[in-house]
Amino acid sequence: MPEPLLEVDSLSVSYLTDTADIGAVDRVSMTVRAGEFLGIVGESGCGKSTLLFAIAQLLTPPAEVTSGRVTFKGQDLVQLTDSELRHVRWRDYSVVMQSAMNALNPMKSIAAQFKDTMRAHERTSADAIRARSAEVLHLVGIDAAHLDSYPHQLSGGMRQRAMIAMALLFTPQLVIMDEPTSALDVVAQRSLMTQIKQLQQQFGFAVIFVTHDMSLIAHYSDRVMVMYAGQVAEIGATTSIFERPLHPYSKGLLDAFPSVHGPRRALTGIAGSPPDLGRPPSGCRFHPRCSEAMAQCTTVEPELYLIDETQVRCLLYSEQLRDAV
Amino acid sequence: MSPPASAFADADGALLQTSGLSRHFRLGGLLSRRMLHAVDDLDLTIHEREIVALVGESGSGKTTVARLLAMIYPPTRGGILYRGRSVHKLRSRKDVLWYRGEVPMVFQDPYSAMNPVFRVSHGVMRNLKLHRPELDRAQRREEAERVFDIVGLNPAGDMLRKFPYEMSGGQRQRVGFAQALAVQPKLILADEPVSMLDVSIRAGILNMMSKLRAEEGASILYITHDIASARYVADRIVVMYAGHAVEQGPTEVVLTRPKHPYTQLLLSAVPDPREKAVPVSADSGEPPRVIDPGEGCRFRQRCPYAIDECARITPVLRSMGPAHDAACHVAVADSVDRVRNGVNTPTSAERVIHRG
Repeated sequence: MPEPLLEVDSLSVSYLTDTADIGAVDRVSMTVRAGEFLGIVGESGCGKSTLLFAIAQLLTPPAEVTSGRVTFKGQDLVQLTDSELRHVRWRDYSVVMQSAMNALNPMKSIAAQFKDTMRAHERTSADAIRARSAEVLHLVGIDAAHLDSYPHQLSGGMRQRAMIAMALLFTPQLVIMDEPTSALDVVAQRSLMTQIKQLQQQFGFAVIFVTHDMSLIAHYSDRVMVMYAGQVAEIGATTSIFERPLHPYSKGLLDAFPSVHGPRRALTGIAGSPPDLGRPPSGCRFHPRCSEAMAQCTTVEPELYLIDETQVRCLLYSEQLRDAV
Repeated sequence: MSPPASAFADADGALLQTSGLSRHFRLGGLLSRRMLHAVDDLDLTIHEREIVALVGESGSGKTTVARLLAMIYPPTRGGILYRGRSVHKLRSRKDVLWYRGEVPMVFQDPYSAMNPVFRVSHGVMRNLKLHRPELDRAQRREEAERVFDIVGLNPAGDMLRKFPYEMSGGQRQRVGFAQALAVQPKLILADEPVSMLDVSIRAGILNMMSKLRAEEGASILYITHDIASARYVADRIVVMYAGHAVEQGPTEVVLTRPKHPYTQLLLSAVPDPREKAVPVSADSGEPPRVIDPGEGCRFRQRCPYAIDECARITPVLRSMGPAHDAACHVAVADSVDRVRNGVNTPTSAERVIHRG
């Protein structure tokens, strides 16, 4: 097996506040291989965006990486200085932020923003920048005439496409996307997903795609990681997680969506609401909301257990329990 | 301040009816002639104890409809008839209060819909004081606890004492519904009540809406961009596109036999992990700009079936089957097509969406 492009090893991130340290990401380990599409699914407050920011080394105080490593192409990003990071960022990996509305500067044309981005990482002539900008815009299906448009002149879908174009300026090997489609309507959303997948296949970059909408990535991702309360709840191949989810939380998420096809059936959702990470529940963090919780779930913290190719953090799959059966 | 007898209600149980409801907004300065047509010629009927879903993408005018119904602004043309009374002729404070009490609104964003410096009891108690002056202080408290119980905020006594920041988004949205319930509503206008909530708690709010109808007898206008959740709660679906109602009918009929090409596109774009393949479409989902629209179907630029007529004549809703209408020149009505051909095959338009 080829060396992973990105290896996150037991990464923890805390928000250091005066009263308490809030552990937003707790010992997360994962790998991304070259050209792979990894979906990260979780609800608001589960730490998925914090994890992305930690991987991209974009955390600002009070958030801080408290332990762990992020190895990208053989070097540990956590240890790099800002000036060293500048050579890696955007050239080797780029980030597409959640809300293009806020991520683009309303006072500058698209071309000016692309130029700023390129100049920050490489010395290039103005002509070359203009040519490359037109090229990437064309890749995402926007006419090069829009280079001189301002963000407000573009529709929501076009702004989000422009953000993706910006992320592709240097043809990086990894593109990190934080809910790029959440502000879009379903039709625009599907169109953008299809386009991301096509670009990925064309250029072979890896994608980490964060979303709260599990059904969105079913057809696009190779692997899925489900996060709950800062931890990995389940990680495995997309097909196996959708066909046979192991963690009760994954099952709950899959059952939380009404469907437009098939028989109409009652939805249960998941009782309760996500925990306060300042005071995470004892034992398994999901136990207060879990329909399958057992006595030991309140005291024993589950590890990640390997079932076939899937890792799952749930005592139902612990060795002791399996031996007992 | 007793409300008029329900004898005002239509013979067929229509609670609220709009006819030719339109709202245009002037763009630019006072002298500007450019008009944005947010809603045009909407005929909407909501019956007693009915959940109607108004489905459309952003910019389709669905929130404008809610605001027109909530008397937040007056219509440019057309009118609203509520239990036989013309809503925009209600002038006296008493009449307006009566209408607002019977038709309250629940807002999209539970994080900004509440004043953070007041306890959540504030909104409910204020509503009760304003709309049900016959209750004394103790009765108001009792009633507030009752509605909190109904929406699943228990123990109600403790919950009423909380501040908004002490509650989760799902709980806050329940407070929104409790405020609406306190005034003994006939029709709740729910503008995207679950879109800001986490997926795991959406089902709870949707289930609660069904319960409010079943147990409290309230009708609900459920405004959403999510056609799957509309299917889950609604009896009837009205699909809006660029300010027009393009299709309406019983939920299952619209979903299984969509007639308007836009409804078909919308349905095919819903991600469904249970489906094997992703439908491919060239449509990039660009919403139209409805500034000074001329005649013609507003979907024609995106429509795969557009014919010359679509550019000349604005289609109006035509019957496609029992209680099922679509505004499309190309769509073929159910029974006619099938009876004439003597076979029970889907129309070509239906085949496009039901591939595989």
